[in-house]
Amino acid sequence: MTRLYVARNTRAAARKLDREMMIMSGKDSTLFTLNKTATIIWQAADGATPLDEIVERQICPKFEVEPAAALQDAETLARELAAHGILDVSENPIISANSQPATSQANPPAGESR
Amino acid sequence: MPGLISPVDCLHLTIEIGGIPIRVNTTDADFLGMLQNRYAGFVGSSEGATIEFDVDLFTPSFVDPDTDLRVTQRAGKWALERGDFRAEWEPARRTGTIRQSANPYSIDAVLRIVHTLVLAQEGGFLLHAASAIRNGKAFLFAGVSGAGKTTISRLAPSDATLLTDEISYVRRDVRKDVGKQNHSYVAYGTPFTGELAKLGENVSAPISALYLLAQGPENRIDPVTPGQAVRELLANVLFFAEDQELVQRAFHAACEFVSRVPVSRLTFVPDARVWEMIG
Repeated sequence: MTRLYVARNTRAAARKLDREMMIMSGKDSTLFTLNKTATIIWQAADGATPLDEIVERQICPKFEVEPAAALQDAETLARELAAHGILDVSENPIISANSQPATSQANPPAGESR
Repeated sequence: MPGLISPVDCLHLTIEIGGIPIRVNTTDADFLGMLQNRYAGFVGSSEGATIEFDVDLFTPSFVDPDTDLRVTQRAGKWALERGDFRAEWEPARRTGTIRQSANPYSIDAVLRIVHTLVLAQEGGFLLHAASAIRNGKAFLFAGVSGAGKTTISRLAPSDATLLTDEISYVRRDVRKDVGKQNHSYVAYGTPFTGELAKLGENVSAPISALYLLAQGPENRIDPVTPGQAVRELLANVLFFAEDQELVQRAFHAACEFVSRVPVSRLTFVPDARVWEMIG
């Protein structure tokens, strides 16, 4: 199985307000509000943790979903976020300046809608 | 040979908007007079002016003010270009030049752009919004053209001081009471007018609320989520620069504003009673 690694795009700006994670794309300045799953992936996207681990440890227990189906959805979501310049996706670990946890401007709990 | 050289009088005017004085130098007395009329109420002292522009007037063969505006930065120098003007500004040296014909519109555009760049550095912004002070508190009414900015301004009661019917000036509060909720931003009057064509008063007050305008069958105030608030706020922020860092600053400024100032949707009928809900 090919593992996928995800990292927060350093050009994207993020802010958690109330329960909503707001992201401004670094690619075209489009504004997104992430849903709960996307917020979890965004916050865990340190470039070193494989996506399947993020799904297994943080998404499956929370949403009671099958790992295989959840991983497929997460990969689709990650590639979609990558297309918007929000995440970087690679089959190898991603070394970037953005490898710290995305908690500096966050207020729990996770966001709602997208 | 002193007879061959005539001195050129350098005239100047300082236009102070939002507490930021900008000195404008020109050699044309008529142009200076035009500016004095245009910015009456916003003319300040040149002492403490942190930005200074030399205006180079020329007679154009043809200008198209509808040509796309470009605001770019290179090596610490901003270039502002539109069909009717070309300006440069170097913040580190605090100086710049404006090349335009003798009209008040070009320099007005330059001033707006320069203020957006200055404000972006400190977490403030210019906003497509009417604003007014009532009972010592400022209220902002944001919306695109046709949303009701001019209408709500016209309906303002006599005890309200109009800051602008078109472009609101928002700065972070640098005073000592910044810790107070809802009092962390200040709105200033501006000379930037909309349909009312009436300059705002050159005064300021802490911002108490931002209303997102909508016209409807009744007067009502509805909550909006922070996400909606940021989205609509950003949609109304004046932003011209093609600069990734400033885009990110604008995003964070909008988020910060929404986290500190109550934002709600104000639906109203064109009737003065709407002001009973404000203040």
